[in-house]
Amino acid sequence: MAEKDVIIGLEVHVQLNRLRSKLFCGCSTDYHASDPNTHTCPVCLGLPGTLPVVNRRAVEYAIRVALALNCDIQGETLFYRKNYYYPDLPKAFQITQYDFPLGLGGSILIKGEDGEEKKIRITRVHMEEDPGRLVHAGTIDRAKYSMVDYNRCGMSLLEVVTEPDLRSPKEARSFLDKLRNILEYLDVFDGDLEGAMRIDSNISLTGGERAEVKNISSHKGVEKALAYEITRQRSARRRGVAQVQETRHYDELRGITVSIRTKEEAHDYRYFPEPDLVPMRIADWVPKVEAELPELPDAKRERFVAQYAIADDHARSLTSEIRVANFYEVVAKRAPPRLAAVWIADVLKGELNYRDVTIDRFSSHQMVEILDMIEKGKITEKAAVEVIRTILDHSGDPSVVDPVAVVEAKGLARAEDDAVKAAVRAAVEESAQAVADYRAGNEKAINFIVGVVMKKTRGRADPGEANRLVKEALDGI
Amino acid sequence: MITGEDVDHISWLASIKVSEEERSAFVASFNSVLDYFHQLDELETEDVEPTYRVVDLTNVFREDVVKESISQEESLRNAPRTENGYFKSPRIV
Amino acid sequence: MLRELKEGLAAGASAEEVVSAIFEKIKRSRLNAYNCLSEESALERAKNFDKKPWGGLLAGVPIAIKSSISTKGIETNCSSRILSGYIPPYDAHVIERLKEEGAIIIGKTNMDEFAMGTSTETSCLGPTRNPWDTDRVPGGSSGGSAAAVAAGEAPAALGSDTGGSIRCPASFCGIVGIKPTYGLVSRYGLVSYANSLEQIGPLALTVEDAALVLDVIAGHDPRDSTSAEQDRVFLPHTERYLPSLTNGVKGLTLGVPEEYFGEGVDPEVEKAVWDAISKLEDLGAAWKMVSLPHTKYALAAYYIIAMSEASSNLARFDGLRYGLRLGADQDWHTTFSEIRAAGFGPEVKRRILLGTYALSAGYYGRYYLKALKVRTLIKEDFERALSAGGADLLVTPTMPFPAFKIGERIEDPLSLYMADVFTVPINLAGVPAISVPCGFAGGLPIGLQIIGRHFDEASILRAAKAYEDATPYHEAVPKEVV
Ligand SMILES: [Mg+2]
Ligand SMILES: [Zn+2]
Repeated sequence: MAEKDVIIGLEVHVQLNRLRSKLFCGCSTDYHASDPNTHTCPVCLGLPGTLPVVNRRAVEYAIRVALALNCDIQGETLFYRKNYYYPDLPKAFQITQYDFPLGLGGSILIKGEDGEEKKIRITRVHMEEDPGRLVHAGTIDRAKYSMVDYNRCGMSLLEVVTEPDLRSPKEARSFLDKLRNILEYLDVFDGDLEGAMRIDSNISLTGGERAEVKNISSHKGVEKALAYEITRQRSARRRGVAQVQETRHYDELRGITVSIRTKEEAHDYRYFPEPDLVPMRIADWVPKVEAELPELPDAKRERFVAQYAIADDHARSLTSEIRVANFYEVVAKRAPPRLAAVWIADVLKGELNYRDVTIDRFSSHQMVEILDMIEKGKITEKAAVEVIRTILDHSGDPSVVDPVAVVEAKGLARAEDDAVKAAVRAAVEESAQAVADYRAGNEKAINFIVGVVMKKTRGRADPGEANRLVKEALDGI
Repeated sequence: MITGEDVDHISWLASIKVSEEERSAFVASFNSVLDYFHQLDELETEDVEPTYRVVDLTNVFREDVVKESISQEESLRNAPRTENGYFKSPRIV
Repeated sequence: MLRELKEGLAAGASAEEVVSAIFEKIKRSRLNAYNCLSEESALERAKNFDKKPWGGLLAGVPIAIKSSISTKGIETNCSSRILSGYIPPYDAHVIERLKEEGAIIIGKTNMDEFAMGTSTETSCLGPTRNPWDTDRVPGGSSGGSAAAVAAGEAPAALGSDTGGSIRCPASFCGIVGIKPTYGLVSRYGLVSYANSLEQIGPLALTVEDAALVLDVIAGHDPRDSTSAEQDRVFLPHTERYLPSLTNGVKGLTLGVPEEYFGEGVDPEVEKAVWDAISKLEDLGAAWKMVSLPHTKYALAAYYIIAMSEASSNLARFDGLRYGLRLGADQDWHTTFSEIRAAGFGPEVKRRILLGTYALSAGYYGRYYLKALKVRTLIKEDFERALSAGGADLLVTPTMPFPAFKIGERIEDPLSLYMADVFTVPINLAGVPAISVPCGFAGGLPIGLQIIGRHFDEASILRAAKAYEDATPYHEAVPKEVV
């Protein structure tokens, strides 16, 4: 629910994790399954004397994203040093952008609380290096010491900063979903990898100071952390306690936020241009990147509606994830597009979400076969759902791959007419009381007999067809 | 004029603990050095562009190619305190 | 001397004998020129060379390295307590180049802590002494490198020059030192003090030796984003510096900046430099007076920029990944603050704290930005003086006075900073300069500074070589040489 007095702005740190190497050194970005401090070198460990060199493709990816977020790209952009101490920051400064960030003044469209399209303004998009990862012995506020792993240190990050345009935790979630979607369309980002997107949020109630909630690492976490924080701030206000400007840490395990800076320490990052790097003149580069931009979610949605004559809601659902959109387009080439849209958007996606798996678990070929059987009346809709569930539940089992085989093995084929007719005859014969009731004028008694037919055919009969045949049999006698 | 409080603030920003003795010595020497720096105020520089670097290079990049990292042992070799392949850091809060 | 040594080695002299003799000398020395020796690895490499000699511009030649330049497997402590015991897992670009050309690294030389000084007195390992008078400083911050070369404890050495740190000790110790054009030599592996100002360069007994080492270390390095492209490194008329030495000074016009003479300059120094100008005129060069009007502002601008950059560069020394760690850990801020308080000497602290102040909120415009604007004016001074139709080279004293006594200036930072008055403008402008011996005052060497256009090291070297050939000063041997 949109709450009029809630003001939320986000700072989203996005790892450009489709790059092969880090932002300023050649260390591999493929560290997620590795031991700590194995994807490190003198440069990303900040050893004395080392120097950064910018990864060209990181800049290209950043331009791609800034363009997709409708930003103005700065023709000349450069890196600064942001000086502060923290154990995860090996040089005690972060190389980031300050004046002249790569992108300024963009926007993203989300579906707002009222169901209408809502434009969320983006203040800026800039490049920076990721710090290392701290592992606390216990929780951050109680640990006796912490341990540092610099594998992540030096990964290319984009920081996307929004204006305070969000009005609820749910809107914040929609924004992040949409952002992730766009990033995956751009092929610069894999949101499934741990730490791929990390969110700091500024949240306040009208008239109050804001709290900065740091360390939120999932979309679900955002909704929870913000909801917790709204409740906390409201109850503080009710008790007459004023919110002070502070930094809070989201403790995912406990589902709460804790204040991590007790005294008010003014930040003074002493930004200055990084003397070890030179400016980047990218004005001539931008049109080339723009020309190669892929179709983005909003454009794809409009095209799906126009090209396949499907409902806008279905198109929105199908395009909300690049892999689903691609899946749909392959299926729609070989099956009726509208039928495909319904089955993928309404059924398949629901089953995937329920199991918390991605569409990679299902092939377009399987979908086409199922749609084909539905269209030809070989299976009922109920049986089709059963086939999808069976395949998903036996993922990895090579004997449960082919939908036709599943139908056969589970005896899910729509019953042949003769079999249904035989079942109807038997059902009428067995159901003397119901037949009598029907004849006595109780129309509803027929449902009992149809139920018997369905039982005898183990659901393979079409319920409407069975109803018609039972009625015919009763009326004909 | 730099005061003792200024020195305390700078010492906090620079993460260098300053003793009582050092503090008063720094106040004196900082003020004399800053006084000297203030001779730059004589120069009118309103329309002068700053020189951040003396090379006129732009667009220096490396390609997105993976280079071999150093080993965990090598990464940790100079670290005074380690644990299980991690650098051991003092507590955060 | 390097060339004779190199020729001798090529003719079959034993590298092991050469290296052993140097270590003998170092061990007998009272100069404290080294803070770390790599005796074992140097002797092993020398033995290997003797067994199967290799080629290269410095085949089998021993070289000393300033302790601010990273050497794989050899302690690189910048003469600071906070880095004591730190052994880099990688070689600086210049070290790779030296090794590729066959050189043997014999050890790391003493320096002002983190290169912050003009006297090598701020080293945590004690001062280095001047071989011409052991009560005096060798200059700084590359004082260990200069003293070692002057005293025959190394045939040549690398130093780094942020505001005069190669030229000052070269001048005080009576040897040759080059501060290359910014971007000529890769900084990869040089522990940063003030990134936008500093360059690695050679210290040697003769211009020819210095040119040879510069030939080896100059060139593009993709790991340093401020490294010049290869086709900028050597101007079209020369592929390497060594061959251009013999061209003489005929046709060159020397500019003599009026601001580098007069008040504050020792009269004997001034006279020696004017004698040098006359000598160069005798050799065929023309000269004229020029003006670098913003010279008096250079020191302030330099120190603001250097301290600001240093405050950021030296922030990483916190005892977590390398270096000093003390006592039981408390919270991280307290722990880091105490390590840094104990690990840095007073001058380093002073510069970090002042630099932090100069960059901090509310002061950036008044100090750092202002200094960068003044830097522009100073750079333009040089561009004007060295423009086409102006002078080809500028000639000045390197230092306003000869080596001073140990302890004489160290208590008064400002008076120490003043010593850099003729060297820092060169770093602000990014142009190259050399210091060559040009006489003595009271038995102490005097240095002549020759400054050139960006990437025109060849002209500087050619003038310096012509001058050296015509004068005896480079042949004088300090009394401390044993
Ligand atoms: Mg950031
Ligand atoms: Zn790395």
